[in-house]
Amino acid sequence: MNSSTLLGITTFTYLFSTLLYVAVIVFKAQKIGKIATIFTAVAWLIQTAGILLRWSESYQMGIGHAPLTNMYESVVFFSWTLIILYLIIEIKFKTKVIGAFTLPFAFLAMAYASFSTDISKTINPLIPALQSNWLISHVVTCFIGYASFAVAAALGIMYLIKQQGKAGQEDHAESSLHLPPLTVLDSIIHSTMVFGFIWLSAGIITGAIWANSAWGTYWSWDPKETWSLITWFFYAITLHARYTRGWNGAPIAFLAIFGFLSVLFTYYGVNFLLSGLHSYGSS
Amino acid sequence: MTLLKQIWNFFASVKLAIFTLCSLAITSIIGTIIPQGESASFYSSQYGAKAAEFMQILDIPDMYYSWWFLLLLAMLSINLLVCSIERFPRVWKIIQSDNLAIPTERITKMAIGNKWQIAADKIHLFNPKELFDTIGMVPTSKDTTNGTLYFSQKGKYSRTGVYLVHLSILIIFAGAIIGSVLGFKGSVMIPELQSTSKFFSSKDPSSINLDFEVRCDQFIIEFYDNGMPKEYQSTLTILENGKEILTKDIEVNSPLTYKGITFYQSSYQGYQDFIFSLTDKKTGQSHQVILPFQKQQEWQEHDVRFGVVNAEALGQRVTRAKLWLKNGQTPAVLTWLDDNQPSVISTENNSYEVVVKQMYATGLQVAKDPGVYIVYLGCGLMLLGLYLAFFLSHRRVWLLHEQSGDSHSFLLGANTNKNKIAFKKMLTKMDNYFDNLS
Ligand code: HEM
Repeated sequence: MNSSTLLGITTFTYLFSTLLYVAVIVFKAQKIGKIATIFTAVAWLIQTAGILLRWSESYQMGIGHAPLTNMYESVVFFSWTLIILYLIIEIKFKTKVIGAFTLPFAFLAMAYASFSTDISKTINPLIPALQSNWLISHVVTCFIGYASFAVAAALGIMYLIKQQGKAGQEDHAESSLHLPPLTVLDSIIHSTMVFGFIWLSAGIITGAIWANSAWGTYWSWDPKETWSLITWFFYAITLHARYTRGWNGAPIAFLAIFGFLSVLFTYYGVNFLLSGLHSYGSS
Repeated sequence: MTLLKQIWNFFASVKLAIFTLCSLAITSIIGTIIPQGESASFYSSQYGAKAAEFMQILDIPDMYYSWWFLLLLAMLSINLLVCSIERFPRVWKIIQSDNLAIPTERITKMAIGNKWQIAADKIHLFNPKELFDTIGMVPTSKDTTNGTLYFSQKGKYSRTGVYLVHLSILIIFAGAIIGSVLGFKGSVMIPELQSTSKFFSSKDPSSINLDFEVRCDQFIIEFYDNGMPKEYQSTLTILENGKEILTKDIEVNSPLTYKGITFYQSSYQGYQDFIFSLTDKKTGQSHQVILPFQKQQEWQEHDVRFGVVNAEALGQRVTRAKLWLKNGQTPAVLTWLDDNQPSVISTENNSYEVVVKQMYATGLQVAKDPGVYIVYLGCGLMLLGLYLAFFLSHRRVWLLHEQSGDSHSFLLGANTNKNKIAFKKMLTKMDNYFDNLS
């Protein structure tokens, strides 16, 4: 058993979890809900094992480093963070339905990491610039942020769908099998965006400190840095619009979705469409 | 309204903040699409002469330092400052206010409220400390005309969080300005065994002269088995007036700082020359010279001649060198030596420890940035402020205890600036306390 096998299994279990959560919505059966949660938790544990195993494999190869240093590893970590955040929300808000919207993000990330030809899965030694503990803090903080923004976007989509459907019918009895009320969704969207914002701030800061220890410049306006700042501005604007202008509901749901597009561009688009310092991290 | 007041109000508005932040976000995109800091000819060949001229007018090739981008940043700073000056006093008043001085009617109008009754014969069981303990708070109290007012609060300083975040942005800007005015950035290539006090500024074509010298004693690259570079390492010595002050090995991510100036390992360059070190085993004396490829040299006092006659390389990197060495009139020795590996060579009447190493120049970035710690302070304050602003809330609880005839009434009023639902839920624990009393 090696880490690739475990992470491959994870990819398919996340797909299956997605289907289970969709089944929860379709059949509204308590039992399926329970199964979906257990299944997702197990998939997450398998993924955890896969990540840890990959870590130990790198030590066996004599180039030991935390599995957070290239595109493949960071995408795997992204889906791992996404799922743990989702499970916390599921427990805290006692609702299963959000799973049908968040699990696809984790599955797509894993599928992309596993099957895309752009991404190399081999464990490579680190070039000198990447040998820094700040790199690890940078990746961890950024990806906790990105994962929270993904959850916020998933909830944003859910909010808009629910709002569309609401025109005709009234809420059924509240239960974990139905979409949570719009006000609850709105407040979870806000909380996840705030949470993501704090981690993104920390991610930009750790990145700046790392750059300063490696090159003597904490900010050089390279495209990746600039895009992370644009994303940061975007969420700052969103939080201000909500807090000081009283925006909520659908506009915020839209902003949560657009914000995540900015995150995707920062992480993915910049590597492939623009050039810069970070491009060595892309393969 | 005076003009001054109008200007003040303009800068105190959050609408302006949203506008400025949007402008910054949108214009920043330009610089990520159009390459920055290229030569004028690059832009005219890439975008055509007309467009290039237009770009030059707008400073697009250096847009993050252009007058209009700096103006946007200045606007953001003034906006932050004015907005905070405008609002902070009100917040400070809330933090400092004497909450026991509140009029009774206000308690009835609070966002969260409740009411309980206890019969007079049970009142001896009532203990305010125990009651507030159920919600994890400690009360203070004051006697009123016909009863007692209790008050308790938590997290009042969380109200300063937003202001800390805003202040931190100003501190970061201040640090950046100090760094760019009082600091400098430069680079240099120093060949092994040589020293310099002169660096090339990265901003303009001028040079930077330090009042001390830096010598590169040695540069080493290590490789992984697959040929990827594992580590670049330079041994640097600082010299003042020709005197050695300190020596340190630097690597990428581990620089050397002296007198506020930091030297970063950034690149290297390989030469076709060699650094040749030789130790006479008999006398213990040693000698180090730069040995150009296929040129004979000599150590006269010891009557030894030597040269590198051949070399094997992987790309630019020499792996083995063939050394020719002759001692007096004894026959010459010819042998292959691995790069930078000490070995012993014996001639008929002596033996030598030798090291042949490809010669490199180390590429250093040099930076002086007296503002960087101010920037870090700002970053720390920002994270602290965000934590205070988002994870803590200011919760206040008032409880008015009054006696009316045979029964005692308890009037609760409470509010919080965030997360009302959770607070409301917590306050229901007080219900249990009163239930148990009656
Ligand atoms: C010109 C710039 C800015 C101005 C004038 C401004 C103004 C404000 C104001 C008036 C508030 C509401 C405070 C209150 O009444 O309690 C606020 C909240 C906030 N601001 Fe700003 N702001 C600016 C820029 C920024 C930036 C760049 C950030 C980036 C981190 C930021 C972060 C925040 C946060 C986190 C909050 C709290 C929002 C919440 O509690 O939901 N502000 N800002």
